[in-house]
Amino acid sequence: MPTVPSRFDQAQRPAPMAGRARQAWSLALCSAACALWLSACGGPEGGALGTPATLHRGNEAEPESLDPHAVRSVAALNVARDLGEGLVTYDAAGNLVPGAARSWSVSEDGLRYLFELRPTARWSNGDPLTAGDFVAGFRRLLTPATAAFYGELLLDIRGAAEILAGQRAPDTLAVRALADHQLEIELAQPTGHFLKLLTLPAAFPIHGPSLASFGQGFARPGRLVSNGAYRLAEWTVASHIGLVRNEHYWDAAKTAIAQVWFYPTVDQLAELNRYRAGELDITANVPASAFPRLQQERAAELRVAPYLSTYYYGFNLRQPPFQGQPDLRRALSMVIDRRLLVNQITRRGEQPAFSWIPPGLVGYTPQQVDFAAWSPERRIAEARRLYAAAGYSAANPLQTEIRFNTDRGHQQIAVAIQSMWREALGVQTTLVNTELKVHLAQIRAGGQMQVFRASWVGDYADPQTFAALLTSGNPANLTGYANPDYDALLDKAAATTDQSRRLSLLQEAEQVMLNDMPVMPIYVYVSKHLVRPRVRGWTDNALDVHLSRHLALAE
Amino acid sequence: MLRYSLQRLLGAIPTLFILIALAFFMIRVAPGGPFDSERQLPAEVEANLMRAYHLDEPLHQQFARYLGNLLRGDFGPSFQYKDYSVTELIMTGFPVSLRLGGSAMVLALLVGVGAGTFAALRQNRVADHSVMAVSMTGISIPNFVMAPLLILVFAVYLRWLPAGGLGGGAVRNMVLPVIALALPQIAYVARLTRGSMIEVLRSNFIRTARAQGLTTLTIVLRHALKPALLPVVSYLGPATAAVITGSVVIEQIFGVPGLGRYFVQGALNRDYTLVMGVVVFYGILIIIFNFLVDLLYAWLDPKVTY
Repeated sequence: MPTVPSRFDQAQRPAPMAGRARQAWSLALCSAACALWLSACGGPEGGALGTPATLHRGNEAEPESLDPHAVRSVAALNVARDLGEGLVTYDAAGNLVPGAARSWSVSEDGLRYLFELRPTARWSNGDPLTAGDFVAGFRRLLTPATAAFYGELLLDIRGAAEILAGQRAPDTLAVRALADHQLEIELAQPTGHFLKLLTLPAAFPIHGPSLASFGQGFARPGRLVSNGAYRLAEWTVASHIGLVRNEHYWDAAKTAIAQVWFYPTVDQLAELNRYRAGELDITANVPASAFPRLQQERAAELRVAPYLSTYYYGFNLRQPPFQGQPDLRRALSMVIDRRLLVNQITRRGEQPAFSWIPPGLVGYTPQQVDFAAWSPERRIAEARRLYAAAGYSAANPLQTEIRFNTDRGHQQIAVAIQSMWREALGVQTTLVNTELKVHLAQIRAGGQMQVFRASWVGDYADPQTFAALLTSGNPANLTGYANPDYDALLDKAAATTDQSRRLSLLQEAEQVMLNDMPVMPIYVYVSKHLVRPRVRGWTDNALDVHLSRHLALAE
Repeated sequence: MLRYSLQRLLGAIPTLFILIALAFFMIRVAPGGPFDSERQLPAEVEANLMRAYHLDEPLHQQFARYLGNLLRGDFGPSFQYKDYSVTELIMTGFPVSLRLGGSAMVLALLVGVGAGTFAALRQNRVADHSVMAVSMTGISIPNFVMAPLLILVFAVYLRWLPAGGLGGGAVRNMVLPVIALALPQIAYVARLTRGSMIEVLRSNFIRTARAQGLTTLTIVLRHALKPALLPVVSYLGPATAAVITGSVVIEQIFGVPGLGRYFVQGALNRDYTLVMGVVVFYGILIIIFNFLVDLLYAWLDPKVTY
């Protein structure tokens, strides 16, 4: 065949030099790609972990940290509670039981707590757990440079507030090691719920030597020394966290499951699929869309229980139209058909909320708004009367705005409430949804906020965790509610050492607050999990705490 | 050629600087901060946090500090994932995304170019229409629908493949995410290839080749493919950069620890350093891939010289 001197021919036969250079280039590129490729293979999951004796738990999100002083989300709490243990802890049913301390006594005036630590308690590296480790923990928690989120919860300890504000040295904190296994905590004022605060990771001890050698980044595999039932074996961010039984734990003999893996399962449907494919033993959640079918097909595996968490709408009380208008707020709350919302929209067993404090707390009877038991007709009639008394009418309707963070469920509820208000009272409501951080920033700024969606999850099993939210000095009090009577009742309750008296004072406070209606409780959340039949020992509880050490796997 | 490369790389510096400055100030303009939550923090705790992360300094000072650290290769600590630095997060996430995305792009290239060429050779016949219909479906079905469908069929019902997780990098764990990532790319590549292949096949030099009696296979492989790949290659540069930096949808549905989630979560959490880290990283990748595309052009198209 004759050679055809055409362009495409030249293009195929480049100069020899250029060809060699190109080969070298592509070789270098290929080898770089291969190296990266291989580095991604043979990851830690190929190790000894992940055997049939492993519990696989869905964990809704990637924990932000496993440093007990940086833990704040539910996902991080779930892992932190398996890794560490405070002076007191929870049993399978969520009751308060001795943890690292085997016993304690409280002084007559409620100011001095004396803890006897278990002599058998050890760190995961075999070091004995001493009172000094707790002292180190509390001091670090309150040291300003630690910048711990939960420091505020332990401000009742004498000296804590000043240390957190940087006015005093951390070693002046009134937490003292009287002996190796004797710890004394002195409070600035009596705090009836103090023991329950000690279950939080914020009150865990700290292993001084590993913190000293690794600094702030000590909560990593190979570095973290923990005192709970498990130790940290591996952590691949966004993939899994692998825990292995801590053989030095004081109750290791009764810790049945050898290994626990937590998976961040952000997408609920994906989590369900992994459960159905047999990859997860426990899910963190159950998607609403699959719920009715699961109720029929997997009723025995579906665990739904009231959760210590309230979904509510708050009013901005710092400006009109809701400032100084409790009757108007009551009217708006009255016409919300909460049963319809939980039966038609949330549909996963949530309970309509007529109280601020959710049910399920031992010894506490949640107070209800007076209209809880009224018929719908009576509610609407009364709401119309209050609405008219506040100066509104069909000709002069209330114009307001509901703001919520972007989420399909929030949107549906807001639309339903908008139409309930319109039908019963003629209120003209506009709905505004924004991304969560914008929503929070706007609540904080207050200026354009009128009615906003929010929720609150209890930190510990005591009504105080909800009640304190609406005190006038609390920065987390998003409504701006300030009632001196309410604050006084809470102060009085906190200073009461008699538990039943304390709880009845809190009940009284809740009633006072509900009459003012700074917030409209909408519903009580439920915890919802799928739990495989091979998992034994699962007990529903209001806090939704399920320490892996209380669970077991059937053969 | 070398001079051109150097020029390009030097030219990338101001581009990167503008990108960094824009991203730095834009994320700060967004309302809300990294520590906002429904648990509003007491003033002293918040002040401690701001101090710990230097957020209490004036913005220009923070920017200067950021640039200084960046020059030393330090992306700073993540605000959200307190135990990790941004560099660590990127360096653990990227290999996973590169592996998934790289495999997906290779698959997309092989299948897409094959299907596109096949369709071009049978232009306006049944085979052509079916390939294009399938690829249209690939483009229009979004990932978040396709991925769960794949899982339902192959993991839940047939139980052939795992429903999620990295499995230590096992191939069987990669199959579904790679397919889910590749499907839309296959579709694009097939459509691009078909279009330009049809055009090339009509050109004079191909007619000459035919006149010389070459077989269709030889004509396509030796003469038509290279010029026909030009539009595909210009698409591939940015597409590869995007695919190998991960997809938040694929990662969350398959439980894969890639890089993609950080783009979204970083922004939603106002994790300033993480957002900056992934933006800078992505910016560098885009610059590199566009540069590679230009080099490839010189090889594919003799009209292009540097």
